[in-house]
Amino acid sequence: MKIKKNVAISESGFIFNPTTGDSFSTNPIGLEIIRMLKDEKGKDDIRKAILSKYNADESTFEKDYYDFVMMLQNNQVGDEGE
Amino acid sequence: MEKIRYERPVIKKLNTGVMNKYGTRTEYTPFTNIDGAKVKDLIAEFGSPLFVMSEQTIRKTYKDAVRAFTTRYPKVQFAWSYKTHYNNAICNVFHQEGSWSEVVSGFEYNKALLNGVPGNKIIFNGPDKTDEDLILAINNESMIHIDHLDELYRIIELTEELKKRPKVAIRVNMDTGVYPMWDRFGFNYESGQAWDAINKIILTDKMDLIGLHSHIGTFMLTPSAYAVAATKLSDLAFHIKAKFGKNISYIDMGGGFASRNTLKGSYLMGADTVPTFDDYAEAICSALLNSDYSKDELPLLILESGRSLVDDAGYLLGTVLANKRLSDGRKATIMDFGVNLLFTSFWYEHKISPAQEFSHYTEDSVIYGPLCMNIDVIRENVTLPPMKKGDNVVVHTVGAYNMTQWMQFISMRPNVVIIDMEGKPHLIRKKETLEYMNSLEVTPAYLNEFKL
Repeated sequence: MKIKKNVAISESGFIFNPTTGDSFSTNPIGLEIIRMLKDEKGKDDIRKAILSKYNADESTFEKDYYDFVMMLQNNQVGDEGE
Repeated sequence: MEKIRYERPVIKKLNTGVMNKYGTRTEYTPFTNIDGAKVKDLIAEFGSPLFVMSEQTIRKTYKDAVRAFTTRYPKVQFAWSYKTHYNNAICNVFHQEGSWSEVVSGFEYNKALLNGVPGNKIIFNGPDKTDEDLILAINNESMIHIDHLDELYRIIELTEELKKRPKVAIRVNMDTGVYPMWDRFGFNYESGQAWDAINKIILTDKMDLIGLHSHIGTFMLTPSAYAVAATKLSDLAFHIKAKFGKNISYIDMGGGFASRNTLKGSYLMGADTVPTFDDYAEAICSALLNSDYSKDELPLLILESGRSLVDDAGYLLGTVLANKRLSDGRKATIMDFGVNLLFTSFWYEHKISPAQEFSHYTEDSVIYGPLCMNIDVIRENVTLPPMKKGDNVVVHTVGAYNMTQWMQFISMRPNVVIIDMEGKPHLIRKKETLEYMNSLEVTPAYLNEFKL
């Protein structure tokens, strides 16, 4: 999963997709994941980074990560094939 | 290094131009204790889900209601509506505050007696009174509110058998300008049924007509409707005085005052829109005082409020069982309590708060209960922080009707506790068990065995 190149991400978690004109907000952990995806980091790297920083277990992260990525795709912020 | 508290990642599309002018309400303020008792501790000790009643709120609300009426009218008596919440501990809080009891079945009548309420302080309403119930109520000199002519004739027969004069009132239904008009209970005012019943009662001379009763509806948002009802009941009282020379001892205005809950489809929160006790009191008391009663003939004003006195005092604590994503992209959260416990979620948008800290990021969710039934929806759309499995929530304003209308369906009913005036919890109803449920069933011997 990659974040589309033209998607703008602010420091505060405000996201703008110029293709659709939609804007979004995300929480701090969501912003971190989006940034790592933008930097083309893979799922394993993201998992390690999040689990080392946040108090969560692997299965919780796994479940939430897939849901989050699915929402990024549904909102056309991310693109699996790009 | 200590790790940061984990919160599920969320992304929320920002929409413009769809909010109402007051903004959307977001419940991210954690509600962590009830009268000093910690929500987490209560769940650890008594389990989840758990109903919690606040004695402090009940007593404060009751005192507010009494003050509103007694500062406007000289003779006021509240009668606790058992059907609203007939747990004995809760009833006794009201009785300690001076409330009589108002019951609508033999079951409730006997509950009141067992709680120690004197028979002559019990108001017996409702369309279903068995011979056994009526005989008990007549012998105890309770106030029997007659609902229909069949009941009236049966009481006349019973007076001949028992050689006693029951103390009775009639329930009067009427047009008070609100829709729907409740005309299924009692005798109609406008058509003359009520006057006809009054004549039958007084002229047969078998019982004492001591009161007039009405109960014009439920969750009434228009106090002026009560003024209409009080005026019409007073007109009946003056007719009785004029024709028979008898004074009516009391006018019972029933209940129906709204609680601070939000009805489904409401534009504004219930807490911001429902009338106060002062609004209802002003309407009722002014109507009575402005009628033609002389100072000595003012009847006792009885109020049977239930919902408005106890709804705010009730909380339902629950736990997130799971999160899932629906096919249209909406988030769904499954709780361990459903419509079986929260019957009022069929008509209220119950306020739900998280019971632990979150950031201020939220998402729109559907809140489902745990039942394997499609109708088990607690909130169709609520904005909450990103909760995860095991997180706790508090549902507010659930003290009225839920702990009497709850259903033993699919799962069993949970513990109920009361937080006393010092913040200490006490168990007031034990959770049901399989043994208890099975103890009520009888399986014929021929159905005991089978081979699979």
